[in-house]
Formats: sequence, structure tokens, C-alpha cells
Amino acid sequence: MTDQKSARPARPEGHADPRDELVEHLPALRAFALSLTRDGSSADDLVQDTIVKAWANIEKFQPGTNLRAWLFTILRNTFYSARRKTRREVNDTDGIHAARQATRPDHDGRLALNDFRVAFEQLPDEQREALILVGASGFSYEEAAAMTGVAVGTVKSRANRGRRRLAELLHLEEGEEIEMTDRTTLAVMALNTPILR
Amino acid sequence: MNTRREERRRAAIQKQIDENLRRVYEQDVSQQVPDKFLQLLEKLREQE
Repeated sequence: MTDQKSARPARPEGHADPRDELVEHLPALRAFALSLTRDGSSADDLVQDTIVKAWANIEKFQPGTNLRAWLFTILRNTFYSARRKTRREVNDTDGIHAARQATRPDHDGRLALNDFRVAFEQLPDEQREALILVGASGFSYEEAAAMTGVAVGTVKSRANRGRRRLAELLHLEEGEEIEMTDRTTLAVMALNTPILR
Repeated sequence: MNTRREERRRAAIQKQIDENLRRVYEQDVSQQVPDKFLQLLEKLREQE
């Protein structure tokens, strides 16, 4: 590489080299990758590919825009194009579940997080993606739509279908007894459940 | 059928689901980042 290349390019004031910020987004990238791949080692491969692509294409990132959104977009595009290529379902989720069950369960009585995870992993890719983007990572529907290349309404309907499916899988829909002692949630549910039927 | 109650109930369920989504996600986010990613970033930096 020439000296000129190795020198840091001049950046508009207030904008650091985004490559220096990649490291801050690694935990979130990894969590997003896990939600898509449902497998630890595939998730790590996906994060690795994402880092390499982001580095190689860093000049395409517009300073001042959301770096995390840009990285998430690279990650999910990489995930879907690899999936299209291989077209084979790798479902080694038993290992993940075993590993996760080893973690200490919550004793606050709310929905067992592991049950929620297992249900979540049954959702179609698009629904998991929409829910992680808007439900968990705090992106707006508009941002999620731009990241996934679909209309805002599509993201909304994917997220809502995902929530409905989760409610079914976790038996929240039937007004059945729900294992939780979280007082606020219980109070909210108590307001509604007895009146229902 | 009381649609307002239905709506309130649905909102409560949605809130609960989103809370759990965040908990699952936070749990993954709080995992230690493997060293290999930091090493990869260093390697990329050196190759510049």
C-alpha cells in the first residue's frame, strides 16, 4: 500500500474514522447475527464476513448517518445471499439450546427466557429479523424498512405476524394462565383476562 | 365483544413480547466479544 493510502483520509469535522467505531458495534452485530443464524459458529462467521466487507467498503458509508444500521444491513444481506447460495437448512440448534439452558434461569417468574428463545427461533427469518430490528434494537419501522429493502408496511406486518405467532406459541393468546409474577405485567393482564371470557 | 378491551389486551401482550425480545437480545449483546474479531480488525488495520 502506498503512503497516501495508509494516511487517514481527511474527514469532515466531527466525524471520526468510522473504522475506529466498528469495535463498538461488535456486540450488537453478534446478537443480530445470532438471531438470524440461531447458531453460534455461523453467527461468528457472519460477523467476520460483515467486518471484512464493511472495512473494504467503508468509503460507501456516509459519515453522520447511522453506522450500526449500515453494518446491520451488510450483515443481513450477507446472511440472505449465503442462504440463497447454499439453500440448505442447517439446523444445529440443539447445541445452542443446551448451551443456553446451562445459563442460570430467571427466578423472577416472568416468562422463562429460554422458552421465549425457543419460540422465537421457530419464526420465519423475515419475522425474526423484523422483530429484532424494531422490537429489540430500537430501530424505527422506517429505518428497518430501509435496511431490509422493503416497504414500511411490510416490516410492520412481519413484526406483527411475528408477535402474533409468539403469542400463540407461548399461549398468551388464549388468556391462559401465564407463568409470571412480574407485578406490573400481571396487573395489566389481570385487568383484561377475567373480562375476556 | 368489546374491541377496546381486546385492543388493550393485545397491547399488553405485545408489550410483554417486546420486553422479552429485548431481554433475549440484551443477553446476547452482553456476551463477551471473541478476541478473533479484535484480531481481525487489527489485521485489517495493518494491511492498509
